[in-house]
Amino acid sequence: MPTYVDPNKCDGCRGLARTACMYICPNDLMIYDANLGKAFNKEHGLAFNQEPDLCWECFSCVKACPQGAISMRGYADVVPLGATLTPMRGTDSIMWTAKYRDGRVKRFKFPIRTTAWGSIDPFKDFPEASLDALKSQLLYGEPKWLMVEQLPAGAKN
Amino acid sequence: MAQPEVEIVETDVLILGGGMAGCGAAFEAAYWAKAKGLRVVMVEKGAIERSGAVAMGLSAINLYLGMRWNQNKPEDFVHYVRNDLMGLSREDLVYDIGRHVDSSVHLFEEWGLPIFKNPDGTYKREGRWQIMIHGESYKPIVAEAAKTAVGEGNVLERIFAVRLLLDAKDPSKIAGAVGFSVRDHKIYVFKAKAVIVSAGGATGVFRPHSHWEGLGRIWYAPWNTGSAYSMMIQAGAKMTQMEHRLVVARFKDGYGPVGMWFLLFKAVLKNAKGELVEKKWADLLKEWTPYGTTVPIPTPLRNHQMLVDFRAGGAPFYLTTDEALQRMFQEVQNDPKKVREIEADAWEDFLDMTMSQALIWAADNIDPAKAPTEVVLTEPYLMGSHASATGAWVSGPEDVAPPEYFWGYNRMTTVKGLFAAGDGVGGSSHKFSSGSFTEGRLAGKAAVAYILDDGATPNIDNDRVEGIRAELCKPFENYETGKSASTKDDINPNYLYPKMALHRLQKIMDEYVAGQGSQYITTEAMLLKGLDRLTVFKEDLQKLAARDLHDLLRCWEVWDRTWCAEAHIRHLLFRTETRWPGYYYRADYPKLDDENWKCFVNSRYDASTGEWQLEKVPFLSNVP
Repeated sequence: MPTYVDPNKCDGCRGLARTACMYICPNDLMIYDANLGKAFNKEHGLAFNQEPDLCWECFSCVKACPQGAISMRGYADVVPLGATLTPMRGTDSIMWTAKYRDGRVKRFKFPIRTTAWGSIDPFKDFPEASLDALKSQLLYGEPKWLMVEQLPAGAKN
Repeated sequence: MAQPEVEIVETDVLILGGGMAGCGAAFEAAYWAKAKGLRVVMVEKGAIERSGAVAMGLSAINLYLGMRWNQNKPEDFVHYVRNDLMGLSREDLVYDIGRHVDSSVHLFEEWGLPIFKNPDGTYKREGRWQIMIHGESYKPIVAEAAKTAVGEGNVLERIFAVRLLLDAKDPSKIAGAVGFSVRDHKIYVFKAKAVIVSAGGATGVFRPHSHWEGLGRIWYAPWNTGSAYSMMIQAGAKMTQMEHRLVVARFKDGYGPVGMWFLLFKAVLKNAKGELVEKKWADLLKEWTPYGTTVPIPTPLRNHQMLVDFRAGGAPFYLTTDEALQRMFQEVQNDPKKVREIEADAWEDFLDMTMSQALIWAADNIDPAKAPTEVVLTEPYLMGSHASATGAWVSGPEDVAPPEYFWGYNRMTTVKGLFAAGDGVGGSSHKFSSGSFTEGRLAGKAAVAYILDDGATPNIDNDRVEGIRAELCKPFENYETGKSASTKDDINPNYLYPKMALHRLQKIMDEYVAGQGSQYITTEAMLLKGLDRLTVFKEDLQKLAARDLHDLLRCWEVWDRTWCAEAHIRHLLFRTETRWPGYYYRADYPKLDDENWKCFVNSRYDASTGEWQLEKVPFLSNVP
């Protein structure tokens, strides 16, 4: 189910240091081509999926694209045409719209995060590691974060 | 192409791979490293916000004990894992994951991961070990914690690590790694006192069901190319259980998860005649006593029942989503609001982690409440985090491991200062996302302890680095020197593009090494033939060609997969029994043989001679 880019929506992430899709794609598939715009009478470059047969259809680029220019098309050697699946990802939730081949539509909304982005203070409860504990079996914040009194200790063979 | 620039990065701890295990390693190592001002660097070939197997998200955390609510003890987890592995697991490692994993999950919740709750405040379970999450942003949340812990400047993205470096003065020790940027024409040489391999297991070694545009729509992440194994094998680390593999039943063509449907929604697997596969072939399980007669049925044996029924004419197979949903709707008296909630849970299971399956429902006009959905078995994967246990042979924790399984530092491989976590650790399966993160933490802490004990500055052999640099760039040269031989660049007698090499590897493995196209069946004669084909293939890989950095990435990914393939074949040849029917069958040794083979198979590759040594290693149980 590879991604494809709508040339009328993609603006090549003008003004950004890097294109969002190229930055995020886990498989190095999305690529910015400075010359591709010419074929579509655009003055800017455009992004495209350079290797659709290695696309996992993870939707990372679809969600990341600031222009909503990227969509997923069912993989042509297997999936019937005509259906769409479209995410709208906000800061605390995501909305999905599934449009069936026969026109039925389903919509769902799910939470994605309960805290503000960028708010993690990873070691806030125990800011200083004690090197005396380096040889113990306890990991950061244990046993507090285990929420049991102590770390279970296994019977040695 | 011109000679690449070489950048040298010096660090104390080097983490290769920024998935769940890598993020756990970074988080924990950063904490302990801080007191002495040690540097922790994490290298990732993608962007850690969406990298590794959890890039897409998850709808469940498959490992949470719930010790605080007395739901499970670590011993219970060991019992479950060893039976699912048909008796063979490193119980010390499994126990260790079990006793720590809850703290990782509690941190995820603290950081902002939404977890489904019951009215009494406990986590909503999908099954005994699984809890349900709204996990679309699972990886970005965990990545934020890791990035904040090590500091933004210490996360190096879009760099593909390909080789580990041993110490020039003491080759039993690690000294760093070499990788290349997939954005700039640049080689990175990392000098490190300790290295943690938290890279991924191997997909794409076997031919999948779809192999044109659908080649990448496999169950496990296609960017997990087995570099965890490839790098450690070439560095001479001992590997274990490389004959093991994972084959799972999943919704057809999208590979959507089935766990929630089976465990929570109580859907069942029926064949085309409407027969319950598990019930029809219940007697088969007795042949695999004691594992087959223990509940739950081990993953390979469930596959085995499907395969036997396939040969008996039972296919296609369906998961009864329709019956399950209708029953659940009746249970809530068809209250529209509640029906809608059930339907949302059903869809979210796909939309959080395998969106393609939802698109396939829409494209096939399937309403899961009205029609069942087809289920098939996947092609094999090599991985150490799910219901399979391939990976490095590592030391266990001091207080749990038997003396034979302990050599100083938790999760350290047989190469000093080289640690592993996640898919990279063998014998310690069923970690899934939370356990992989936890194992990364264990390795991260142990790596810092190792550095503070040992602390020696690594010695890099510059000739070796120069050799690797030349080797890495060879595909560019092959292209430049070979291209004038043909008017069409992809049909050329002088070189091979990585995509065709990938297809060639997959064909060999599928046809000779018990792939899905061969019904997962092989024999010694087939394996030897496969090894023979692979040997010729490896010669041709010297002629891999790259036009750009993206091609170069694919070239070295094919090499990773090829190393995994070779280790897999050699291990399969060595273990003359069928321990995991449904994962693979040695047709020449069709029975399980506990008397001779209830042991681990370890291997070591010697780079100086090119020889592989395989050995039996005793299985020691330490959890009653």
